[in-house]
Amino acid sequence: MNRELLKVSGLTKHYPLPRQGLMEKKQVVRAVDGISFRIREGEIFGLVGESGCGKSTTGQMLVQLVKQTEGELYFQGEPVSGLSESRMKALRRDIQIVFQDPYSSLNPKKTIGWTLEEPLIIHRIGDKLQRRKIVSETLEQVGLDASYMDRYPHELSGGQKQRVGIAAALVLEPKFIVIDEAVSALDVSVQSQILNLLKELQEKRGLTYLFISHDLNVVEYISDRIGVMYLGKIVEIFEAGVADKGPLHPYTRALFSAVPDVHKRKEHAVLQGDVPNPIEPPGGCAFHPRCPAVMDICRSEVPQLRKVGSGHEVSCHIYAEGE
Amino acid sequence: MTNSLLEMRDLEVAFTLGKQDYPALQQMTFQIGEKETVGIVGESGCGKSLTSLSIMGLLPGTAKITKGEIRLDGKSLVTSSAQQWSGVRGKDITMIFQDPMTALNPLMPVGKQIAEMALLHLGVSRKEARQLALDMMAKVGLSRVDRLYGDYPHQLSGGMMQRIMIAMALICQPKLLIADEPTTALDVTIQAQILNLLRDMNHSTGTAMLFISHDLGVIREVCDRVIVMYAGYMVEEAPVEELLDHPRHPYTAGLLQSLPGADKRGRILYTIPGRVPPLTGRRTGCPFAGRCPSATAICAAEVPQMKKAGEQHLVRCHLVAG
Ligand SMILES: Nc1ncnc2c1ncn2[C@@H]1O[C@H](COP(=O)(O)OP(=O)(O)O)[C@@H](O)[C@H]1O
Ligand SMILES: Nc1ncnc2c1ncn2[C@@H]1O[C@H](COP(=O)(O)OP(=O)(O)O)[C@@H](O)[C@H]1O
Ligand SMILES: [Mg+2]
Ligand SMILES: [Mg+2]
Repeated sequence: MNRELLKVSGLTKHYPLPRQGLMEKKQVVRAVDGISFRIREGEIFGLVGESGCGKSTTGQMLVQLVKQTEGELYFQGEPVSGLSESRMKALRRDIQIVFQDPYSSLNPKKTIGWTLEEPLIIHRIGDKLQRRKIVSETLEQVGLDASYMDRYPHELSGGQKQRVGIAAALVLEPKFIVIDEAVSALDVSVQSQILNLLKELQEKRGLTYLFISHDLNVVEYISDRIGVMYLGKIVEIFEAGVADKGPLHPYTRALFSAVPDVHKRKEHAVLQGDVPNPIEPPGGCAFHPRCPAVMDICRSEVPQLRKVGSGHEVSCHIYAEGE
Repeated sequence: MTNSLLEMRDLEVAFTLGKQDYPALQQMTFQIGEKETVGIVGESGCGKSLTSLSIMGLLPGTAKITKGEIRLDGKSLVTSSAQQWSGVRGKDITMIFQDPMTALNPLMPVGKQIAEMALLHLGVSRKEARQLALDMMAKVGLSRVDRLYGDYPHQLSGGMMQRIMIAMALICQPKLLIADEPTTALDVTIQAQILNLLRDMNHSTGTAMLFISHDLGVIREVCDRVIVMYAGYMVEEAPVEELLDHPRHPYTAGLLQSLPGADKRGRILYTIPGRVPPLTGRRTGCPFAGRCPSATAICAAEVPQMKKAGEQHLVRCHLVAG
C-alpha cells in the first residue's frame, strides 16, 4: 500500500502569450511553476486552491494531455519522458482522467455503449462480444444497468452523465485516475452518491487518485493528504484529518478559515485583495502581498517546500529552520 | 419579527409548455421583515430563482402568476401595472445575480453604470450622480475609485464585478435586496469578502435581504431566517440556527446528512435516493414522497400543509406532529 506510484519533480508549464508588439518581450503565463510531490499507491491525494492556481494544468500534465515545459513525471519509478512507444501506450491505459463537465467528454451523437467501447478498440482489447461484456460490467460498477449502452448523453441527468464519465475512465482498468472537479457541478444529494461511488471503486480496485477540487469540504472528506496550490506553486502538503497536524501556511489557514461552516457561524480572518496575475507574479514569496504575517525576507526570497513533520511540507519563511 | 416589508401569500407560478400548464411554484407564503435577512435554500430546479423573479416582476414569457399575492409595504405588486412594477424594481427592490457579467453592460464604464441608476431613480444631476456612484464604490470596498470609475467590466476580477453590482443595487437605498447565488461563482476567499460586505451593508443601511443559495454553510453565515424549498414548494421554515441544528423535514435532514466534510471522514455519506423530479414529472401528494425514507400512504395521496413544529418553525410534512 505504501509503494510510491507517481512522482513529479520540478514540473512546470508556461503558456506563451501572443507578443503584443515588436519591442515587447515575450511573456508567459506561469500556470504551473516547478512543483514536486509524490503519491503512494492506494492514496487519495487532494489538490486544492483558488481558480487559476494551476490545478487542472497539473492534472493534464499527469495524463499527458499537456506537455510540460520543464520537470519530470515518474510513474512506478520510471521517468515518463524516456519511455518507449509501447510503454507509453501502456501508460496511457494506466492513467485516466474524469472531468467536471461530463458533457464535454461525451460525444452527443454516439451512444454511451459506443463511447465506452472506443478506448477498448483503440487498445485492441478483446473481440466485439468481450468488449460489450466489459462495457456492461463497467456500467454496472458505476451503478448503471446495461440498458444505458443504447442511450445517448442528452437522455441522462447530470449525475448519470458523471457516472458514465467515471465508467469511461475505468474501462481500461487504470491504476491512477485524475479526478478534476468531478462533483463540483452536482447538487448535494447527487454529489454524495458520486463521492460514495468514487470511494467504493478506489477501495475495491486499489485505485490511486489525484482528487482536484476547489471545494474544501469535499477534499477534506475524501483525501488522505492535501496539496495546496497558489499561483502555480505548491505551498503546503499535509495529512488530512489529523487534528494536531493542521495546516501551517498562512494561505492554507486563510483558505480553510474562509469556508463557511454549516454547524456554526464563524468569524474568519478575511484575506484582502485578489489573487495576482500569473503573468507577473509578485517576487519573493508570491503570497506576500496578501499575507497577514509577511516579513522582510518574504519580499525578496522565494521560500522552498520544506519538511516540517511526518507527511507535512510547508513553503513559508516563518517555518524555515532557524540559522 | 419586525414589521413585514414584503409579503408573499399563496403564490402560484406556472409555465405553459405546449398546451399544458405546469406549476413551478405552489403555496408560497412567507414574509420578510424590515432589515431582516431571509434565506432560500434548495437544490437546482426547486424554484429559488423563480421566487425572486416573481417578486421582481421579471418572470420569463412562458411563466405567469396563476394565483396569490405579493405585497411590498402593503401594496400589491401583482395587480400593479407593468409600469408601476418597473418603478419599484431598481428603486425599492433591487437584485444581484450569480454572474455579474450578464447583468452589466460590457460597453459602458462600470462607474457610469452605477451613476445611471442614481440618475434614473433619484432625480439628481449628472455631477451629483457621479459623486454618489464614487461614494458608493468606496463603501462597497473598492479602492482607487476615481480610476476604476472609467474601467470596463471585462477589466475587473469576479470579486470586483460583484462589488460593482452591489454598489448598483444599493445606490438608491432600496428596501429589499434580492441576492440570487451572489457568491456561487467566486472563490472561497473572495466569497468571504462579499458575504462580509453584504452583512455590513445590511447592518449599516438597514436594507432587508432575500438571500438565495444552495450552500447551507453560506446561509448560516448571513441569514436570520431560512426557507427550504423542494420541487416548487416551501417545505420548511425556521430561524437559521433552529433549522440547521434541529431540522424537522426529512429533506432538510437528508441534505444536512449528505454534506461531505472533515467530520465525516472514513464514513459512507448519507444519500437521498433518486433526484429532484423535473417540472413535467411532478405528481400529486407530498413533493418529496418519492424520495422520502419514511413516506406512508397519505404522503403519496395528499399535499401536506405547512404546520407549526415549534415557536417560529414551520414544516410541510405529514409525519411531523403539529
Ligand atoms: N491553454 C492555455 N493557454 C494559456 N493559459 C492557460 C491555458 N490553460 C490554462 N491557462 C492559465 O493557466 C493558469 C492555471 O490554469 P488552470 O490549471 O486551469 O487552473 P485551475 O484548474 O487551478 O483553475 C490560469 O492563469 C489559466 O488562465
Ligand atoms: N424559462 C423556463 N422554461 C421552462 N421551465 C423553466 C424555465 N425557467 C425555469 N424553469 C423550470 O422551473 C423550475 C424552477 O427553476 P428555478 O427557479 O430556476 O430553480 P432554482 O433557481 O431553484 O435552481 C425548474 O424545474 C426549471 O426547470
Ligand atoms: Mg480547473
Ligand atoms: Mg437559480
